[in-house]
Amino acid sequence: MAEPVKDMTKEFEEHGSSLWKDAWIKLRKNHMALFGLSVLVILIFSSLLTPWIAPYSYEAQNLDLGATAPSMAHWLGTDIFGRDMLTRIMYGGRVSLMVGFIATAVALVIGILWGATAGFFGGRIDALMMRIVDILYALPFMIFIVLLMVVFGRNILLLFLAIGAVEWLTMARIVRGQVMALRNLEFVEAANSLGLSQWTIIRRHIIPNTLGPVIVYTTLTIPSVMLLEAFLSFLGLGIQPPESSWGLLINYGVETMEEYPWLLMFPGIALSLTLFALNFLGDGLRDALDPRTSKD
Amino acid sequence: MAILEVDGLKVYFHTRNGIVKAVDDVSFSVDSGETLAIVGESGSGKSVTCYSLLDLLPKPPAKIEGGTALFNGKDLLTCNTAEMREHRCNDIAVIFQDPMTSLNPFLTIGEQLIEPLIYHPNMDQRQGRSAAREKAIALLDEVGIINPENRFDSYPHEFSGGMRQRVMIAMALITEPKLLICDEPTTALDVTIQAQILELIKQLQQTRNVAVIFISHDLGVVAGIADKVIVMCEGTIREAGDTDRVFYRTQDKYTKKLLDAIPEGPKTILNRSDVSDNLVEVSHLKTYFIDQTHVQGGTGDRFIKAVDDISLTIARGEILGLVGESGSGKSTLGRSILQLAPTTAGTVKFQGQTLTGLNPKQLVPWRKKMQMIFQDPYASLNPRMTVFETLSEPLLYHGVATSKNIGHQVRQLMDDVGLAQSQLRKYPHEFSGGQRQRIAIGRAIATKPDFIIADEPVSALDVTIQAQILDLILNLVERHNLTMMFISHDLSVVRYISDRVIIMNRGVIVEQGKTEAVWANPEASYTKNLLAAIPLADPEAERARINNR
Repeated sequence: MAEPVKDMTKEFEEHGSSLWKDAWIKLRKNHMALFGLSVLVILIFSSLLTPWIAPYSYEAQNLDLGATAPSMAHWLGTDIFGRDMLTRIMYGGRVSLMVGFIATAVALVIGILWGATAGFFGGRIDALMMRIVDILYALPFMIFIVLLMVVFGRNILLLFLAIGAVEWLTMARIVRGQVMALRNLEFVEAANSLGLSQWTIIRRHIIPNTLGPVIVYTTLTIPSVMLLEAFLSFLGLGIQPPESSWGLLINYGVETMEEYPWLLMFPGIALSLTLFALNFLGDGLRDALDPRTSKD
Repeated sequence: MAILEVDGLKVYFHTRNGIVKAVDDVSFSVDSGETLAIVGESGSGKSVTCYSLLDLLPKPPAKIEGGTALFNGKDLLTCNTAEMREHRCNDIAVIFQDPMTSLNPFLTIGEQLIEPLIYHPNMDQRQGRSAAREKAIALLDEVGIINPENRFDSYPHEFSGGMRQRVMIAMALITEPKLLICDEPTTALDVTIQAQILELIKQLQQTRNVAVIFISHDLGVVAGIADKVIVMCEGTIREAGDTDRVFYRTQDKYTKKLLDAIPEGPKTILNRSDVSDNLVEVSHLKTYFIDQTHVQGGTGDRFIKAVDDISLTIARGEILGLVGESGSGKSTLGRSILQLAPTTAGTVKFQGQTLTGLNPKQLVPWRKKMQMIFQDPYASLNPRMTVFETLSEPLLYHGVATSKNIGHQVRQLMDDVGLAQSQLRKYPHEFSGGQRQRIAIGRAIATKPDFIIADEPVSALDVTIQAQILDLILNLVERHNLTMMFISHDLSVVRYISDRVIIMNRGVIVEQGKTEAVWANPEASYTKNLLAAIPLADPEAERARINNR
């Protein structure tokens, strides 16, 4: 008997039809999703290039200037220390987007694998894995973060890790529920009767069918992670001024909302724009990855 | 005058892909004490016709484009919401196909029964709880629920499928309707239970003098109980008339096709059992499940004995039919033989090799040689894989094809099961039930197995599609020299396809033998009951049977 072929992706690509390829074709026809995707790409690129394209330095204060409304010199105005808001929002975007995407990616990978494994094998494995999730859920999040900070010192990578380590729990539960419903379906049994390895079945038959809820939850996780970062920074556990993030800017903006509304408005717009773009893209992806929605 | 007169009914669905004429110019009438059967395959518009009378269709997309439906002289299609509610409460009742999903699992059946009485929209007709309860209990008694006083407070899951359908019938009758619409009320039931329910409906209709519209895809089911039959196809009436006329002097080609598609009589191509070595040998096989409901109690059996000490052999080249009602353990037996369900004791030998006790890795080479076809073509295909991916998976995994010739191999497989090659890149939802079953069969024969277990492969299909799939299976068995175990609850299908049968009940074999011998001379009383309950597409024989009871 020939060795079982482990990776079949290449063969399918040659025949030009797979879930992902068809999804991309469908996504390209979805204008809202394309709009969301382009907004995100622009945001990501501009934050990557910020050190080179930002008009001012993020920590250059001009106390004489104080808080000024938008003008030709400072398009989005300045804050109470006379720092350029556009620059601060651009630098803040670097932190916020990075936290949002990296922490969510961490949560996604751990959550999907953990949930799919627990749901697929069921029984004792499931019980053990889900009890671990329960225990982590029960740990007070703040204490967990404070402990991490105390032991390892304040560090932005640690922040990503800490947030990701908390967010994956819900993802794991969602995926587990989906997988438990899926694993009793006949196509999974058919895959079993073909003798496919458990890992192949999880990867090829189970995970692609859980994508719908996962994508929706992901688009909800990214903003909540960004706000979590703001909360932690506000408590002095995240990043500290003069560095900034959208969440921090919004927090400070709220304090001075009545006198200087632009300090709240512009970071708020930046965050909302990202969330809109994410939602459009998320909806588009969900539809594109579901072959049952029509092709045209 | 007839109690319901439908004239020129047109219901169109306005979809993105254009207008679908679900019901196109349909006229019929039904009188008190009369049974009208509407027969057709899925998509024929038979259910839409009846649902439009009760305003149960989603609008949009559905739109009633024309026609009248006079119920006691009043048009049902133009009446307002309040009048319609009145009709639904007092005059017209519906029995749905699936008694599990049409009962609320969180309410006792008693609570659901008396609901229309104590919450009647018309205040004058509302009844007190105790009066309603009394009435409901009397009705439960009438539909054959034993010990109705106690059962009144039971929940739906505490009833079997047949009993649940009886409860549904009681529910429909509690408002004393003048018209009863039965939408495939026996399709989800076993053959013996089906016979009982049909009898019950017939009997209640006679005592209560209600008009009945009986929707079914199965001409055999309606033969015994219908006075008039309408055959529908693609939204139009193809043939209408008295039952005897439609069955005995069929005029329409489509009706003839439906009648011909009913599997009848013995198998035509006989087996090649001249080869006498046994491909599969099962001895003293037991598959028990732990009974979750009994674990705490401590009394009685702690196991559900799905397969209880079964021994059988399957000769190379034969088709073995495995018959049993739901819960008989027939599917579990199939899965146990293929090592898809963990066995408790006993051995399964395949080509002389003992399979029980092998680990998944050791089983892989054997998996190539034994395959399974599943019942539900909607659940047995991964919805996110194209046909190409589904069919190439076993070929590549077992090394039957290489990445170079996979395209050719898959196309050949498509030809084999009668699918157009142009459909290679489509997803399962783009196919009809019959086509999906062809894909599933293609996947099963991809690795050129020696042995296939088909678990109710045609139960979810329309009768004409069923005939095509059965012929495809027979053809493939012949051409690829397959051995098959064919699991079904439908005796006519099993008789049509198998050389030998095994009748199973509650985990044990009740009877076995050559198919025709068992049919001619059943020994076990269980087998006799099963055979007697098969509905025949012959009105006179059916009526005689019902009257003989």
